[in-house]
Amino acid sequence: MAECANDSDAEIRIGYGDYVVLKRGDVFKSVQIENKKKVIFEKQWFFLDNAVGQLYGAMFEIEAGGSLKLKAAKHSGDSLDSKEAGQDNRHIVDDGRSQKLTRDDIETLKEQGLKGQEIVQQLIDNSTTFKDKTEFAQEKYIKKKKKKYESDITILKPSTRLLAMMYHGREPGKICHLRYDTLAQILTLGNIHACSKIIVFETCAGLVLGSVMERMGGYGSVIQMYPGGGPTRAGMESSGFPSHFHKTLHDFPLCKVNALLAGTLDLSEKDADTEANCSGNRSESSQETSCVSKEKNSEPQSMEVSVDPQEEIKRAERERLREQRAQEKKVKMEEKRKKLASAAALLEGRNADGLVIASRFHPCPVLMGLLKFIAPSRPFVVYCQYREPLIECYTKLREQGGVINLRLTDSWLRHYQVLPNRTHPVLLMSGGGGYLLSGTTVAADAAKAKNQHKSEEPLAKRLKLDEISSSRDSSA
Amino acid sequence: MSFVEYSEIIQEGDVVIIFLGHESMMPIKVQSGAQTQTRYGVIRHSSDLIGQRFGSRVTCSKGGWVYVLHPTPELWTVNLPHRTQILYTTDIANITLMLELKPGSVVCESGTGSGSLSHSILRTIAPTGHLHTVEFHAQRAEKAMQEFKEHKVSHLVTVRNQDVCKDGFGITGIADAVFLDIPSPWEAITHAKSAMKRKGGRLCSFSPCIEQVQRTCEALLDRGFEEICTLEVLLRVHDVRSVNLPLPDFGPEEGSPDVSQEEIPNTGNTSVICRTATPPREMAGHTGYLTFATKPRD
Repeated sequence: MAECANDSDAEIRIGYGDYVVLKRGDVFKSVQIENKKKVIFEKQWFFLDNAVGQLYGAMFEIEAGGSLKLKAAKHSGDSLDSKEAGQDNRHIVDDGRSQKLTRDDIETLKEQGLKGQEIVQQLIDNSTTFKDKTEFAQEKYIKKKKKKYESDITILKPSTRLLAMMYHGREPGKICHLRYDTLAQILTLGNIHACSKIIVFETCAGLVLGSVMERMGGYGSVIQMYPGGGPTRAGMESSGFPSHFHKTLHDFPLCKVNALLAGTLDLSEKDADTEANCSGNRSESSQETSCVSKEKNSEPQSMEVSVDPQEEIKRAERERLREQRAQEKKVKMEEKRKKLASAAALLEGRNADGLVIASRFHPCPVLMGLLKFIAPSRPFVVYCQYREPLIECYTKLREQGGVINLRLTDSWLRHYQVLPNRTHPVLLMSGGGGYLLSGTTVAADAAKAKNQHKSEEPLAKRLKLDEISSSRDSSA
Repeated sequence: MSFVEYSEIIQEGDVVIIFLGHESMMPIKVQSGAQTQTRYGVIRHSSDLIGQRFGSRVTCSKGGWVYVLHPTPELWTVNLPHRTQILYTTDIANITLMLELKPGSVVCESGTGSGSLSHSILRTIAPTGHLHTVEFHAQRAEKAMQEFKEHKVSHLVTVRNQDVCKDGFGITGIADAVFLDIPSPWEAITHAKSAMKRKGGRLCSFSPCIEQVQRTCEALLDRGFEEICTLEVLLRVHDVRSVNLPLPDFGPEEGSPDVSQEEIPNTGNTSVICRTATPPREMAGHTGYLTFATKPRD
């Protein structure tokens, strides 16, 4: 097959610097592969160096000293079955003595470096009740023990699916309890696709940003609005996107949105602004810099008094360092100013193709502020862990107009165990994955301003219908 | 207009969605000289639509007005002409995420049906991916092909009119993901596997009945698929409104002086208005089970 030839292995080999996802059972962890870095995962520690050069999807076992060993291709048939099995549990008594091995025995086995599978076999051999258990119970027993003693680790390429499931399982608080099926709705309802211009405001550790970027595939642009000093992107960086993806990503501080909307955003003076000092007003910061420059001028004069040559050298060194730092800072500032200007230019057209909000902030002001940057006939999606703030958003949007198709939704997710004669819903399910408010923007209408107080659209429709029916009546 | 790229202005030949009000929409094909009847009157394509901006308000002949929307796969899903039972956005969203679809993905799908999922897949995998969709019903395959052309996405899709259970997807070793929505998916698992890349990929099967799911899972296990997982997702749409909660009257409070005088102001405020969201009285309780699996590297 000619097609297989370009399915080259080179791009799917694990390398230093790669972001990967470790998987054991249903548990995931995202790490970056670094030289001789110790990784702790599921109560075990190991080094990832031996994984370098192997293919993604490969399975490893942990050896003594924390080194990984590539597991041989699937051992043919898990030979952990015993032929004997009971019919029911009428004679099985829980006397706490069915397992002949003590905890210490098991520890010794582990210390001897016995493989997980061998330990499980030992446990089975030393269980007096195992052969009396039903076939299903035996299977369940083995599965449980395997989970505990067999610790194979698979190394996977990161994807939104894996990262979203990982965050939801490990650190739901960091992503505002956004469940993966809800994230799926966000991406679909937001019509996220290549070659569009999407505005994202999130405080979900960068997971939502990363998922949007994955769907855009490096085509188009993403503008991340951020609160405070800078954007959070850990979740996005874990995706390990190629560098050209990063060129499509822009950021803009939320605290400058009002200035941008009012047209008072002054980009020329931005180099005077100190880093991350959004709240400080401009006159203050420019004063600061003038102070610094004054200091610079005055300092050498005062220093001339000291004559010590060593002191002189130190002073010169200090001066040089300071100069260098100032230069670096200036370059950084210039870069920052350019970045801000490019993000502002993207926003200023007020023609973005979509808006995604998923944050711990009250969604109402964020939505009202950012919706102004979206072109008409474009979708927007707002996530909130709670329902009430979205009810408020809904009400406000209805009053203000300019949106249609408003829907407040949540989704319900249930997993199933599917096994011969043992199919049923999984016992534990997630209680809730958050709420979504979605809708479509339309051209703001001048006439709308008149009756802002009423939920205007349905009322107008009702009027029209009345008119129609009355005109029909009269014609009849 | 295209289903995979936004444009600003409505042009001849575009498919637009007319928004008539609460949950009421219709798709129309814009043709100069054509007219469309709505319950608010006539829309004249040449004057009312062509050259207008998507999202603008159009006044119809009877003085009523509608909004003209840019088509999206989600709007199409609720407006498309049904030729079969279709997949809705909630399931589609989860299928897309769990199959790890993105620009550049090569996807196999069967059956094409009414093309609800197809449009969503195409939107996600554009501009560099490709969809190979198989529909054994000749007329439906033909109709789907025609629709893809009208929606300017035909360069991203190949429609094959064959039986996926017998003849497979018509490709080997190039798919990143396979989706099955057929009555006997277990008969197509071998074909699905051979369509997928050597390095592996993701599979999803949609079935309404649990017996179908069981047979599918068995077949998946037999063919060496991993991470087999069956789930179900339901969407709840909440109705936002104000509700009136009357306050009960406990009678005059004991010990309060001048009981007879207080009775009058009490009757003035006997209810509380509360802004809330109520769940629907009825909702779709089941669409289908989604079974996902990973094909490991060969």
